[in-house]
Amino acid sequence: MKRLIALIIFITGYLSLNAQYPDAKKLLERIDQNMSSENRVFSSSMIIHGRRTTHTVKLRTWTAGEEKSFTEYLFPVREQGTKMLKLEDQLWIYSPSTDRIIQIAGHMLRQSVMGSDLSYEDLMEDNKLTDQYNAKVTGTETVDGHQCWVIELTAFVTEIAYHGKKLWVDQERNIPLKEEMYAKSGTLLKRTELSDIQRINERWYPKKIVFRDMLKEGDGTEFIIDEIEFNVPIEDHIFSKASLKK
Amino acid sequence: MMAFNLAFRNLLGAGLRTWLNVIVLSFSFVIIIWTKGLLQGWDRQARHDMIKWEIGGGQYWHASYDPYDPFTLSDSHGAIPEGLAAIASDTSIVPVLIAQGTIFPAGRMQSVLIKGIPPEQKILALPTEKLVSADNDIPAIIGSSMAENTRLGEGDYVTLRWRDRNGTFDATEIRIAGLFETTVPTVDVGQVWIPLEKLREMMLLPGEATVLIAGELTGEVSVTDEWVFKDHKTLLADIEQIIKAKGSMGVIIWGILLLLAMLAVFDTQVFSIFRRQKEIGTYVALGMTRGEVVKLFTIEGAMNSVLAAAVGAIYGIPLLTLQAVNGISIPVKSSDYGLAMAEKLYPVYSIGLIAGTVLIVMLVTTIVSYWPSRKIARLNPTEALRGRMQ
Repeated sequence: MKRLIALIIFITGYLSLNAQYPDAKKLLERIDQNMSSENRVFSSSMIIHGRRTTHTVKLRTWTAGEEKSFTEYLFPVREQGTKMLKLEDQLWIYSPSTDRIIQIAGHMLRQSVMGSDLSYEDLMEDNKLTDQYNAKVTGTETVDGHQCWVIELTAFVTEIAYHGKKLWVDQERNIPLKEEMYAKSGTLLKRTELSDIQRINERWYPKKIVFRDMLKEGDGTEFIIDEIEFNVPIEDHIFSKASLKK
Repeated sequence: MMAFNLAFRNLLGAGLRTWLNVIVLSFSFVIIIWTKGLLQGWDRQARHDMIKWEIGGGQYWHASYDPYDPFTLSDSHGAIPEGLAAIASDTSIVPVLIAQGTIFPAGRMQSVLIKGIPPEQKILALPTEKLVSADNDIPAIIGSSMAENTRLGEGDYVTLRWRDRNGTFDATEIRIAGLFETTVPTVDVGQVWIPLEKLREMMLLPGEATVLIAGELTGEVSVTDEWVFKDHKTLLADIEQIIKAKGSMGVIIWGILLLLAMLAVFDTQVFSIFRRQKEIGTYVALGMTRGEVVKLFTIEGAMNSVLAAAVGAIYGIPLLTLQAVNGISIPVKSSDYGLAMAEKLYPVYSIGLIAGTVLIVMLVTTIVSYWPSRKIARLNPTEALRGRMQ
């Protein structure tokens, strides 16, 4: 009898604890609504903190889903006019100094962009979390004075860079304020901190993201959105090789 | 024979002038043999070490594998073909799986090639027996250059990050189980060797390999188009090209030396013919044909090289033997430049090299001696006898 009572108390306690948390899948959908879009056009600044020096790269990017992306380097002067086109898993880079287009295999997408803590994948893809991860809300924490849900994500697709993620999602604005990426072994690989959250049209969006590779020393890479537009018409020719040399 | 005796006597009679020529020419002999011997020694050492440490009796490469393009690595792997699977099991073939990774020694990031090799292999000189581990950790061996660059030592742990066949990141600590000293940078610089089965597990590539290394006696076995056999000629082509290029540089140096020596011989010949006109006239007056006089002067000039060979042998043999035995220390660690070069090079002087050099120098000296001697054929004997300039 005592055991039965203990079991009932445990089940009731467990259910009431879970009842405090929102449905993780719905939470992910709300995050996707904020963070993902059919397409977007943005200008950004990437401040790369190296071991000895810091340098800034300015970019203008057109992205449509996870398949198409076009980026033009605006700064520094020596990189000005360099353009990158990503179609599915192929990447083409145009360098004005050589006036040549180089096609690079998909593996290049996994490499770092100009020594930063971002890969070409990170920079050029816009994947929905709901298409890739199962989620579980595990608790609440405060980040920068905002009450957050802590969500643990586990990938259900095989072809994915990070097997696990942990998000701290602002309970009011449904936007992650902190994100951790984990290896399959559970080792923490990267941490991003999202700040300067602004209302853009119908969504909340972070204008500043700091990426940190947790395995190496350094202050990471600051990714600042200078200007962004969502779901604007992008002409098809932007995502063509012809636009690389324009 | 008379011409030889006469030429030899004349040559010795010229005294210091002859000996100066002979000494300069002997330098050419010794330096040409030394530089060529050095390159031959390097060639032999590089071939030997590369076979011992890296290429074995030849390699089968997966058709997509390109060692100069690390981005091909994620596609260049396959199951061991049936024709080789049987001999692979008795260690006559060593399968090696290659993947890209990153290590983080002391918070620094360094790209590496992760190479999986069976610990029980006996074909390569790599100390793979150190990859046997009873614990759950991942033992790794690295070369001394890699250890120096990363400041890693035996027993140290370092984080290794890689992406599996699906592109998913994974990371773990590896233990440096041993270091090895090699002259072959292509198995050392930027490389981490771990047990093959462990890497297959990490990459989700069971039973697969990128390169299959054959033993010395295995030879080529016909396999599928997915695997391409690379023999010693192909695998050693790079180092042979470099040595050939160095050889071309050598040709320029000893070409200059030979030119200087030949200038001295030429000068002496011109001077002799100018100074010894009365002597030439006397030879003709005594019944020698002009051709015989030309021959005499040519032999006289050519004999410089015979004397030079003898003088060169006196100091050259002990000097070059000493170097062949003790070796020559290379001041900079050349393996840092990607070349298979030991810290000490042992020159190799083959009979062919010595005989070839002596023959070439003698031939060139003879031609150079003959060139000014042709003037004798045009001399008027009576005028020559009077010692008049012509």
